[in-house]
Amino acid sequence: MNGPSDPARPSPLDVEGVTHRFGGVLALDGVAFRLDEPGIHGLLGRNGAGKTTLLQILAGQLRPGAGRVEIFGHDPFERAGTQAQLCLVREGQRYPDGFRVHHVLRAAALFFPHWDAGYAARLAADFELPPRRAVTKLSRGMLSAVGVVVGLASRAPLTLFDEPYLGLDAVARQHFYDQLLADVAAHPRTILLSTHLIDEIADLLQHVVVIDHGRVILRADADDLRREAVALTGPADDVEAVVGNLLGTGPGTALARERLGGVARVTVRVGGTAPVLPPGSAVRVEPVSLQRLVVHLTSSPAAPRDGATAAGGAPADADAGTTTTPQGALR
Amino acid sequence: MLTDDGRPIFLQIAEQLENSIIEGALAEGDQVPSTNELAAFHRINPATAAKGVNQLVIDGILHKRRGIGMFVTTGARGLLRERRRARFAVQFVDPLVAEARKLGLALDDLHDLVDRSWKDSR
Repeated sequence: MNGPSDPARPSPLDVEGVTHRFGGVLALDGVAFRLDEPGIHGLLGRNGAGKTTLLQILAGQLRPGAGRVEIFGHDPFERAGTQAQLCLVREGQRYPDGFRVHHVLRAAALFFPHWDAGYAARLAADFELPPRRAVTKLSRGMLSAVGVVVGLASRAPLTLFDEPYLGLDAVARQHFYDQLLADVAAHPRTILLSTHLIDEIADLLQHVVVIDHGRVILRADADDLRREAVALTGPADDVEAVVGNLLGTGPGTALARERLGGVARVTVRVGGTAPVLPPGSAVRVEPVSLQRLVVHLTSSPAAPRDGATAAGGAPADADAGTTTTPQGALR
Repeated sequence: MLTDDGRPIFLQIAEQLENSIIEGALAEGDQVPSTNELAAFHRINPATAAKGVNQLVIDGILHKRRGIGMFVTTGARGLLRERRRARFAVQFVDPLVAEARKLGLALDDLHDLVDRSWKDSR
């Protein structure tokens, strides 16, 4: 992510200033990030934040209004060879009429040069996919499993998963995560996965990109983010004294304040610096999970959004990076 | 296994390997699990597992044999015990005393409790 790129070994993914509008709506606003290392990386954000649009642009399925995308050093839109390096697994992928599961797998074999048919067959059996079942007759979860099988067995050097788990139960999701980990270890490649189930996958992620209202608001190693924010709980006055100290001496930001009687809990973005407590302090310092951090960073007082209404949200309220103070506990 | 106490996972991986060495589950000269094995077992990113292992290489606890893997260095167990002893007062005794004071226990009470626990744990 950081440091200059090596022209001899171009990054799997390099995005700069990508901006895209749908009509008058700004869906992506100057998105820039780079993935240099193989591994499993996360694209996180709320519905309507721009994740799907971004993944479609990365896969060369949509031309950005402005900006530059390079996949292994080439524009995915311009160069056919780049498509062979890529696999995008979309939520609710459509297949040609009359296609059965085994047709999908055979078509994928023609499309993806690194395809492993044996692995695909094993995965399909693991996910209990009936090979002769028509795709239109598959349940929501089975349809997701088809996407997961294609994405994994494609072994594409850059594989993009757009919320691949819809309808998959906890057992099937765990199997997907285990397979992802094992297969990427055996065949190193770059995976970028968008998901809402952050707690489930946080430990698997190497690098995280968080987008909100079409802008990148955070890029970091997932393990480093375990210390990005802390929750301070205790007698309200003591907590506020510690918080005041934190905000006064460093670049801290209060993300949320909650009160229960005389007890306060303040979530503070500390950026990795451990808060110093006075000796004998009754204030407890607790970790904030990646999922909670993302919730805090992307919360606005507005009602929960879905894709359609969020895309219609005015870009003017995209005040990324500023303090938000969500009311009450957000779970 | 891994806790959610907010400490970086790579430190927890390093600490678990240290515990295995202190407890003798990993003897000096033994090969330690590979990064990918650690990643699969703990369900974590391999880069994070590698960072934990590398921390122990820097600390002189593990060493690499090219093309084979990572091994526990001779003398690692003694080194780790020494390091843990140096931290013992701050990590365990100070919080114990703080809690005892908060509850209004006298120093003699604390002595008695430690004596009893010490005997029971044999």
